[in-house]
Amino acid sequence: MKARFLPVMCQQCGEAPCEPVCPVYATYHSTEENLNVMVYARCVGTRYCANNCPYRVRSFNFYEPEFEGALVEQLNPDVTVRSAGVMEKCTFCIQRIRRADQKATVEGRALEDGEVQPACAQACPPKAIVFGDASDPESQVAKLIEGNERRYQLLHNLGTKPAVYYLKGGASNV
Amino acid sequence: MSETSIEPRPWTSEPATTPDLEQQVEHARDAHLMLDPRPLEESNQQAIASMQRTSRLTWAVVVVLLGGVGMAAASWLIQIATGIGVTGLNNTIFWGIYIVNLVYFIGIGHAGTFISAAFRVLKFETRRPIARAAETVTLFALAAAALFPFIHLGRMWKAYWMIPYPNQRQLWPNPQSALLWDATAILTYVIGSILFIYLSLIPDLAMLRERTTGWRRVLYRALALGWRGTDREWSIQESAANIFAYAIIPVMFSVHTIVSWDFAMTIQPGWHSTIFGPFFIVGALFSGVAAVIMVMAVLQRFMKLAYFIRAEHFDAMAKFLLVMSFAWIYFYFAEVLTNWYGNLPPEMEILDLLMHGAAAPFWFLMLFCNIVVPVGLLWMRRVRRSPGVLFVIAIFVQIGMYLERYIIVGVMLGRPEMPFRWSSYTPALELIIAVGAFAFVASFYLDLHPRLPHHPALGGRRGAVVQWAAQGGPGVHERQVRPALGPAPGRELRYGRIPGTRAF
Ligand code: SF4
Repeated sequence: MKARFLPVMCQQCGEAPCEPVCPVYATYHSTEENLNVMVYARCVGTRYCANNCPYRVRSFNFYEPEFEGALVEQLNPDVTVRSAGVMEKCTFCIQRIRRADQKATVEGRALEDGEVQPACAQACPPKAIVFGDASDPESQVAKLIEGNERRYQLLHNLGTKPAVYYLKGGASNV
Repeated sequence: MSETSIEPRPWTSEPATTPDLEQQVEHARDAHLMLDPRPLEESNQQAIASMQRTSRLTWAVVVVLLGGVGMAAASWLIQIATGIGVTGLNNTIFWGIYIVNLVYFIGIGHAGTFISAAFRVLKFETRRPIARAAETVTLFALAAAALFPFIHLGRMWKAYWMIPYPNQRQLWPNPQSALLWDATAILTYVIGSILFIYLSLIPDLAMLRERTTGWRRVLYRALALGWRGTDREWSIQESAANIFAYAIIPVMFSVHTIVSWDFAMTIQPGWHSTIFGPFFIVGALFSGVAAVIMVMAVLQRFMKLAYFIRAEHFDAMAKFLLVMSFAWIYFYFAEVLTNWYGNLPPEMEILDLLMHGAAAPFWFLMLFCNIVVPVGLLWMRRVRRSPGVLFVIAIFVQIGMYLERYIIVGVMLGRPEMPFRWSSYTPALELIIAVGAFAFVASFYLDLHPRLPHHPALGGRRGAVVQWAAQGGPGVHERQVRPALGPAPGRELRYGRIPGTRAF
């Protein structure tokens, strides 16, 4: 038996099953970025979205989040701390995307490839996570997945059109 | 206004005395189930007598049950203050006992109105005692069920966001969500059921108004809406109830279908099934009929209503229960067989968990309760006519149907597509709330039910007032007719004319 490690964050489905089931539109599709967006403040906590996520990547705030002592100081000023009873999910660090996008707009230019890095990609030492605009054929991501026979999507048979691609192990088969 | 000029006709609790007459009465009641050869007044008194007694034992039970309700309320407060984490839910199984209870109580609530409406539509002569028992079950079960969506919510204080209300940001609920369909359907059903039940209660409430004193009289008078029992009122009430009966049956079918769609509309393995709509309806009727049988048995035993609720009624309901058991078996077999034959890995994981895995005890107990017990026993006429045995069978059916919902929610959710997310669910604090909900239904039933006429024969016979009027003659004050109606102190003139004698 071979242990495999697969980081499974929200797949940002193009046809996200989690979206239509929310009774208050707390999760919806942002067509511009092709992201599944979560409006924490709107969530009432039916937890229906999480049940209908085939990847089960959503997590619920079962308790009020607590940060001991100085840990409060490290909270991200760009992101609110969500209360108990609210659904959480990976946002692809939308606050970074928005900030870079606004900066580019102010400077009157298009967003460059690699300008936005989500925290996970930034933190990964061997750069196993590559983030970018897949619709731009010149981007690093597009080049990696385009025509790559190692590429696959999780549960692609469900038709959720995930935005995340994985690359199968090559010669090393890991 | 003259004081009473007609001597009170004494009401006697002595039934027909001569043995010969007694036999004739029995014979007539055998031939026509609802034909009651006793004088109307006498059977009314009999029904009222059962309503006015609340024994010490009943009060003791109510106190214990209210204690259970109090514990559940305290648990809910703890959950609100702390978070959903006090339940056994986890990041794979997001729905648990609360949803099980919601589906279970709605299911019970369905049978009530359905039975009552179906009997009316089919013009069953036997309907009346069963119908009233069934309607009351509906009312209390729906009251309990309506609580659970709120208890379930992570932020229940924001529940009103699911209601379409005008707001500055023009935010609306999402009509694509099955939860919104669900809420709409349930609300429709609750309102429809209450109106339907109320409609059939009005003549009885009027009769009680005439026979009670004090606050009860005030209450019944307000509720009776000035019902006098004229022919015209009877025919209006009759046709209104018929329209409601025809309308509420499709509503009932839609409601439980939509409840099942909360599950079937998702892509969770085990839930995504086209058969869920009818399967849930059958399940709801199955458990609901069992609940009505339980209530009938309790009424018959403890409320001294054996005269009204007879072996024939139990027999009819037991046959209905048997049919529902067969229907449930049919649907469940179809569901399991297609999944098993299809052999898709996610579905097979669930079947494996049910047949050989940790959930096997639940699964086999469910099959035993839902199949072996009813099918094995209800074919016997002796069993069908014995309230005690039927009560026990009905309890088995309740356990089986509760387990069925538990398996759908608490077990199947633990097997999503991604194996690394597999999990299991052990209920924690929510168990107290679930038990509290049962106590809530039971205590309401014990406490309130005696205040409602539980037997529609109570004056619910057409022409009743006309009959009394004939004794008083036209133009006689109510007070003069009153002796025929029984005691009602301190009432002044209410109608200038005797109802029923007036041309409308
Ligand atoms: S992975 Fe799950 S949470 Fe993310 S978009 Fe898809 S269904 Fe929604």
